[in-house]
Amino acid sequence: MSEIEHSEEHIKKHVRVYISVFVALMALTVVTVAASYLQLNTFGTIALALFIASIKASLVICYFMHLISEKKLVLIVLLFTTIFFLGLIFLSLLAYFDPVVYKNVA
Amino acid sequence: MEIPYTVKPRPDTGLINSKIGIWLFLASEVMLFGALFSSYIILRIGSESWPEGSSYLSVPIGTFNTLVLISSSITMVMAWASLKLKNFKKFQIYMGLTILLGLVFLGVKSFEYYGKFSHHHYPKESVFFAIYFTMTGLHALHVICGMVVNAYFWGPGSKMWQTNPEQFTNRVETSGLFWHFVDLVWIFLFPVLYLL
Repeated sequence: MSEIEHSEEHIKKHVRVYISVFVALMALTVVTVAASYLQLNTFGTIALALFIASIKASLVICYFMHLISEKKLVLIVLLFTTIFFLGLIFLSLLAYFDPVVYKNVA
Repeated sequence: MEIPYTVKPRPDTGLINSKIGIWLFLASEVMLFGALFSSYIILRIGSESWPEGSSYLSVPIGTFNTLVLISSSITMVMAWASLKLKNFKKFQIYMGLTILLGLVFLGVKSFEYYGKFSHHHYPKESVFFAIYFTMTGLHALHVICGMVVNAYFWGPGSKMWQTNPEQFTNRVETSGLFWHFVDLVWIFLFPVLYLL
């Protein structure tokens, strides 16, 4: 990163952002717990909990891990990671819903 | 041998080597935990019944630990920012706090484990406890590793601040990236295991 980017003033501005992110993360944790007491159906409960967790995760990645101002190469690495991660989750799910495999297992 | 590109970015990647190194490592960590989350989903939808996490685990304790880990993330990033502002004293305070909060997290986690064991809840008891102990155990191992690295930079490793402050700052940023990742995993583990 360039010198100007990391000048003292710039870092101090960052620190203010970190504190706001911290407050948001704390608040969202309380919201997650509160939301779990709502009488939603199973799908609604799971979707809401994962939605809030994703917001929290994005805040940590973007601001604490500086992804928002990171070089392109890191973003490319993470793009591939995301694709493989989704594959890992959904391909195994696909196998579960495959009627042929399921019948054989059962 | 001197490690190349620890301060100056490598021209072709535009990054210092440690930065690209840690991100590649974290990518592999995503797959490691991803495999466990994937197993969790498959096991859960394949089970006849699944206990509500809160019927076995204490939500207040889990919430407290979540808040502890989030706090340790901000102290970690503040430790790095203090070095950027050339304030070594503040770095020591924030880094010390980060390590301390890690210890609190592990202390609370051991207390939880102890409670489970004394009620004879072992991994062999059910699929729920098997996945609970595997995931939180692996996560706790990551917390320990992060703390060891942070403790080194807080203690003997901080001598580098005198000789090569820029490289030291980058080292702290790298260990910070790992620490934030550990926080990130917990952000998903907490609702998945305790609340759903």
